[in-house]
Amino acid sequence: MATAVMTSLDTKSSAASRGMSDIRIRNLFIIPTILFLIVFNIFPLIYSLGYSFTDFRASSNAPANFVGLQNYRELLNDPFIWSNFAITAKYVIVSVTGQVIVGFGTAMLLNRDIPLKGLLTTLLLLPMMLSMAVVGLFWKLLYDPSFGIINYALGLGSFEWLSNPDMALYAVAITDIWMWSPFVMLLSLAGLSAVPKHLYEAAAIDRAGPFYTFFRITLPLVAPILMIAIIFRTMEAFKTFDLAYILTSQPTTEVISIRLYKMAFQEWQTGRSCALAYIVLVMVLAITNIYVKYLNKVKER
Amino acid sequence: MRKTMAGLFAGVGLMWACGTSAQAQELTIFWAEWDPANYLQELANEYEAETGVKVTVETTPWADFQTKAFTEFNAKGSAYDMVVGDSQWIGAASEAGHYVDLTDFFTKHNLTQVMAPATVKYYAEYPANSKKYWSVPAEGDAVGWSYRKDWFEDPKEMEAFKAKYGYDLAPPKTWAEMRDIAEFFHRPDQKRYGIAIYTDNSYDGLVMGVENAIFSFGGELGDYQSYKVDGIINSEKNVKALELYRELYGFTPPGWAKSFFVENNQAITENLAAMSMNYFAFFPALVNEASNPNAKVTGFFANPAGPNGEQFAALGGQGISVISYSKNQEEAMKFLEWFIKDETQKRWAELGGYTASAKVLESPEFQNATPYNKAFYETMFKVKDFWATPEYAELLIQMNQRIYPFVTAGQGTAKEVLDSLAADWNATFKKYGRNK
Repeated sequence: MATAVMTSLDTKSSAASRGMSDIRIRNLFIIPTILFLIVFNIFPLIYSLGYSFTDFRASSNAPANFVGLQNYRELLNDPFIWSNFAITAKYVIVSVTGQVIVGFGTAMLLNRDIPLKGLLTTLLLLPMMLSMAVVGLFWKLLYDPSFGIINYALGLGSFEWLSNPDMALYAVAITDIWMWSPFVMLLSLAGLSAVPKHLYEAAAIDRAGPFYTFFRITLPLVAPILMIAIIFRTMEAFKTFDLAYILTSQPTTEVISIRLYKMAFQEWQTGRSCALAYIVLVMVLAITNIYVKYLNKVKER
Repeated sequence: MRKTMAGLFAGVGLMWACGTSAQAQELTIFWAEWDPANYLQELANEYEAETGVKVTVETTPWADFQTKAFTEFNAKGSAYDMVVGDSQWIGAASEAGHYVDLTDFFTKHNLTQVMAPATVKYYAEYPANSKKYWSVPAEGDAVGWSYRKDWFEDPKEMEAFKAKYGYDLAPPKTWAEMRDIAEFFHRPDQKRYGIAIYTDNSYDGLVMGVENAIFSFGGELGDYQSYKVDGIINSEKNVKALELYRELYGFTPPGWAKSFFVENNQAITENLAAMSMNYFAFFPALVNEASNPNAKVTGFFANPAGPNGEQFAALGGQGISVISYSKNQEEAMKFLEWFIKDETQKRWAELGGYTASAKVLESPEFQNATPYNKAFYETMFKVKDFWATPEYAELLIQMNQRIYPFVTAGQGTAKEVLDSLAADWNATFKKYGRNK
């Protein structure tokens, strides 16, 4: 009953008693927010869907002609686009796997009583607080074959990271792993700290080994939160643009977002790029959906 | 009350009038962020002193220049009154109605005679040979070369070079000589390298670099009238030129796969390379001891000839156009009238801008003003340019996609690369109904 009173638009609600009625709150905050979302999110989304069926070019003053599914057909038959998707998939797999291993591993190390744990955790979080552009330029210097510290530290001489077409994508992925592992670490730490201590105590009494404890207690209980981190990072990695754009201009690092940017804002093939954006959107939704279904299964266990 | 209202209206009217007048007293020119834009601002300050009209040269980094300019054009925005746009933009910008037609202005001021022929052809006219003009040639530019005179003139190096190659070490007259010299000076163990060339494939860097070889080998990108490319872009001459460019890449400093004008000047200032390709517009920084510790020992030469003696260079530079959506078109035209005056062009050259005025270019005063002005003058009469059709951006990206893996990673052969490029360009021209 109390909930009903709180959510109703009754002017005698507790909000009203504090001086602002529910109706006033709706009019002042909720309706403008919804309008804002419709104008700046929903409307462009629908508008660009319309453009994806046209030959519209923003750089010409010619009107948009309806071409049906031609843009989608051409894009799905374009070997360059498929190569961009393949590069993106490779990048997502390498980058997200790396972040999960490094992030979760670090969280495991931090999830014990160690001196200066708070300071250490804060310092480890710093990379993800930096701007992508700064990180890109910073790592470009680190990778430099003449004076970069990475080659110096690893004794690699003048090994080329960013100019080497076979290595460039891994170089971008390493940078992304460095930047976003802390995010996985943070979520994993939250999950690890929520694991009831008595389970470990019971396992210790039963003389369970660390391998058994990790796979039967730690991982299953942290899995749901780890899956959330994976979903977020997969979506972000799939949309990666800035790091790859700043670090290299190799065709082997041309992820789908860079191709989309070039098509839309360098070639000005507006209709075609809208179609590509929708293909990417559908793919991201499909991948996310698979993850969410898996996440629900993990939760049910 | 009536008096109050009348006074109020008068006040508003006065404010409106002042506002309009103030608007007409200001002009904004959009250009990329580089030294010539600073020189243009200095020139514009002199215009302000003369006329009271404030001209602001607004700049953006090169990487964003095209995107930012066309975003503004497409939005029909009036933020800029004029743009010093790239030569390959003319087709796209004129056909879409973004530029004001300057044909009458050209005729009135006889600009086809006043400006150097190549600058009129590539910076102003579209379509080719149509006698329709969209820009006033502003910053003439082309690709040239700088080199380390002290390395070249070292007696021990000269002797070793002659012993190895059988001719004297000197600035190369042909691309074959340039290859030999690059090989000779390429000494990674001493952290010295042979040559610095354009490799950046984000915009037109790599394409311009390769064009220098293609044009000097007697090749072409295609027939700009009929849009025929098959047999032209993948001709034997172009294959040889691309192969040589790939070979030169092997003599560049490590990590040279994304290098453009900044890095190529650094190759000279940081003792990295014996020779370096760059636009003439970036050479002032190389003769300035504040920005180049090797300024006294830096020399310059024009793009060398190909195997058959043909000598051309890739065109840089830009023309200045009035934007159709500008609210100050009349004032902008007045600025252009001032800009094309002989004395203004002379002053423009003195400030460091590369004038396109034939008279100024031909003057001994201009040619002797810097160590590279003579090479610039000679180059400006043998320049060629990329496609200026509205689809230039697609053509540029396709060329980058094809040649970059070959040049920087040796993927495929030059013939395969250019055959694929011919197919790409054919398909693009077919898509837009150009090569019927």
